[in-house]
Amino acid sequence: MSQHTLSVLVENKPGVLARIAGLFSRRGFNIHSLAVGETEHPEISRITVVVDVEGLPLEQVTKQLNKLVEVLKVVELDATAVQRQVMLIKVRADSATRSQVLELVQLFRAKVVDVASESVTIEATGHAEKLEALLGVLEPYGVRELVQSGLVAIGRGPRSITDRALRGA
Amino acid sequence: MSETATAPTPARLAQQARAKAPLEVTGAQSLVLSLEAMEVDTVFGIPGGAILPAYDPLLDSVKVRHILVRHEQGAGHAAEGYAAATGKVGVCMATSGPGATNLVTALADAHMDSVPIVAITGQVASAAIGTDAFQEADIRGITMPITKHNYLVTDPAEIPRVIAEAFHIASTGRPGPVLVDISKDALQASTTFSWPPRIDLPGYHPVTRPHSKQIREAARLIAAAERPVLYVGGGVIRADAAEEVRQFVELTRIPVVTTLMARGALPDSHELHLGMPGMHGSVAAVTALQKSDLLITLGARFDDRVTGQLSTFAPEAKVIHADIDPAEIGKNRTADVPIVGSCKDVLVDLIEAVDTDIDSGRAGDYTAWRERTLGWKRDFPVGYTEPENATLAPQFVLERLSAIAGPEAVYVAGVGQHQMWAAQFVQYERPRAWLNSGGLGTMGYAVPAAMGAQVGEPDRTVWAIDGDGCFQMTNQELATCVINNIPIKVAVINNSSLGMVRQWQSLFYNERYSNTDLHTSADGTRIPDFVKLADAYGCVGLRCERPEDVDDTIRKAMEVTDRPVLVDFIVHRDAMVWPMVPAGVSNDAIQVAKDTAPQWDLEDSDAVEQDEDADNSEELGTDDAVVANAVEAEGKDA
Repeated sequence: MSQHTLSVLVENKPGVLARIAGLFSRRGFNIHSLAVGETEHPEISRITVVVDVEGLPLEQVTKQLNKLVEVLKVVELDATAVQRQVMLIKVRADSATRSQVLELVQLFRAKVVDVASESVTIEATGHAEKLEALLGVLEPYGVRELVQSGLVAIGRGPRSITDRALRGA
Repeated sequence: MSETATAPTPARLAQQARAKAPLEVTGAQSLVLSLEAMEVDTVFGIPGGAILPAYDPLLDSVKVRHILVRHEQGAGHAAEGYAAATGKVGVCMATSGPGATNLVTALADAHMDSVPIVAITGQVASAAIGTDAFQEADIRGITMPITKHNYLVTDPAEIPRVIAEAFHIASTGRPGPVLVDISKDALQASTTFSWPPRIDLPGYHPVTRPHSKQIREAARLIAAAERPVLYVGGGVIRADAAEEVRQFVELTRIPVVTTLMARGALPDSHELHLGMPGMHGSVAAVTALQKSDLLITLGARFDDRVTGQLSTFAPEAKVIHADIDPAEIGKNRTADVPIVGSCKDVLVDLIEAVDTDIDSGRAGDYTAWRERTLGWKRDFPVGYTEPENATLAPQFVLERLSAIAGPEAVYVAGVGQHQMWAAQFVQYERPRAWLNSGGLGTMGYAVPAAMGAQVGEPDRTVWAIDGDGCFQMTNQELATCVINNIPIKVAVINNSSLGMVRQWQSLFYNERYSNTDLHTSADGTRIPDFVKLADAYGCVGLRCERPEDVDDTIRKAMEVTDRPVLVDFIVHRDAMVWPMVPAGVSNDAIQVAKDTAPQWDLEDSDAVEQDEDADNSEELGTDDAVVANAVEAEGKDA
């Protein structure tokens, strides 16, 4: 199984996400992660989608995406791109274990965003491996609740794919 | 009463709008004005609650003729028939909820066969959307996977732009259906109308001009090939590129196959035309593709009904694949030379490139190959055996229909055996003479699509060729035809069965005929009696049961021009469509009759690499071939 990270620039209109999600499901493409948000141009949204491609060329995925009228541009980001995910983790922590948990938080350069008598909530940002590692060391204390965002990614260097999309339009 | 007291007609409003300033109108008037501005002359539809506001100004329009159909599916197929016969965008209209969902089959059909239609549906008032209101259905959500694009409009100011965009998207690039859903309050509200609107489609840039480098590369492969075949698909018809196909064939003398969607792209009478490929294709067409070393693919999509088992399709061939839709290229079969562009532009450039090669002595020589393919065409014509009991052969009916109605008529088929016989036994000499539901395989397409084709082509004879099963799905549109003076002709090929399903039951299910008997003619039961049904609709109804009556009956039908006419052809029930490649196996396993492989000449026999059963090996009759196969089989074991 190979994973690819696609940045899809779309018109910021109602229903676009449904169109893209529907396309993935009916063509049998498997979405691993999805994140959507406005770009620096309010009329353009950017969808970052990590797609599991197995036995099917990625080319077919991008071609089908490009056929959608509201899709402006599809770019595959390579491994050098900056990739980030946010994770919020509610961990069991009482007076006996809190300091150990906080130490781990510091080691991973994560942040505590909420404290209660029996728990702390940690915010962590990074690529998937780092977050997985953090989760691994927190597990013994008892993870009570976990939520994570889809991956967002941006290419390195001065070039902007949104600029080019606008010019193309 | 002075004229100023009455509501201005849409035509007058349009005139004023063209003159200059934006007009104060309702959303509904804006819709009708937009349709007029797009030069729509016909809309097929049915009114209902949510679309009702649009039907009021429609009544006043002198440019747009609305044809009231009996079922929205009929409206959709009629729009398809109109579009496929004329090349213009077909338009259908329906109300919200069930009106809109009844369009779904026709939209899916148009999506599969790349037919440019625009569907306009009413939607419940915007404040009620999402509340499960009366006759509410999320038709935009429902039709997302089966339209090229679709819209939900709740702001009346958007109507002109959206209609202009809908027609633009439907008719450019790879054509397809576009749905515009308009909420009732948007139709009722006041707005302004001005034309032309500004089209705003930053993500839609279909490529029509092919890349010159790809054209040169294609020409190089063509010059180097020894066994090239032109594999022509429906894209050629949609692109109006039939003339360019003819020029290319005359220039290169490369043999041609035309798919089900492309029948008529090259005249069937052309000597280099090998016939239709695929599951029920001619032996020559199927075999030429299998043996080819270069497929020049134009507007075709390597559909499973053409390729059979994909991994064994045309195993030695390199592939040039030209299509206006980049996503078709490499979808099923890897292309050695992909070309994105309209078939017309691709052919124009390719003709020029090949011409240059010929002038400079780099022409390919396909003489031996051409002779071989034409030998197959000569030795294995598509034929049929006469039924033993003097009943009527369906293939004979279609042969005679073709001979009498001629190449200028339009032939519109349903789906099933009669469709395949119509594809095989009617001689097509021009594009847009053959309309059918190829991709989706929609039973019930024929009558409404023929109606649409007749409206678009009032001076042509239009024959719907339908089965007794298909006909019962949409025959109510005969009422529409009678009332609106749309004199289509319907040939019901009546074998009293869901014939194609019955054929598969005969071949693959031990003749266990589960739920395929329709009781429409066998054993004297006629439920319904199609002649009486025709009569009830005010059509002329004729019946033909004997071969000797076929010509007279068709001639009699041809003489009726003032109303629709239906002919109930009672045909031999056990007739089957041959040749046939069973589903999912290699095209090398083509059979010309049950358990009968083509009897190849010695020189070709080595090419038959099918898994023969004992009977077929005997049929081959060439010991060498049997030995060769046996040796090969042993080699694999070892």
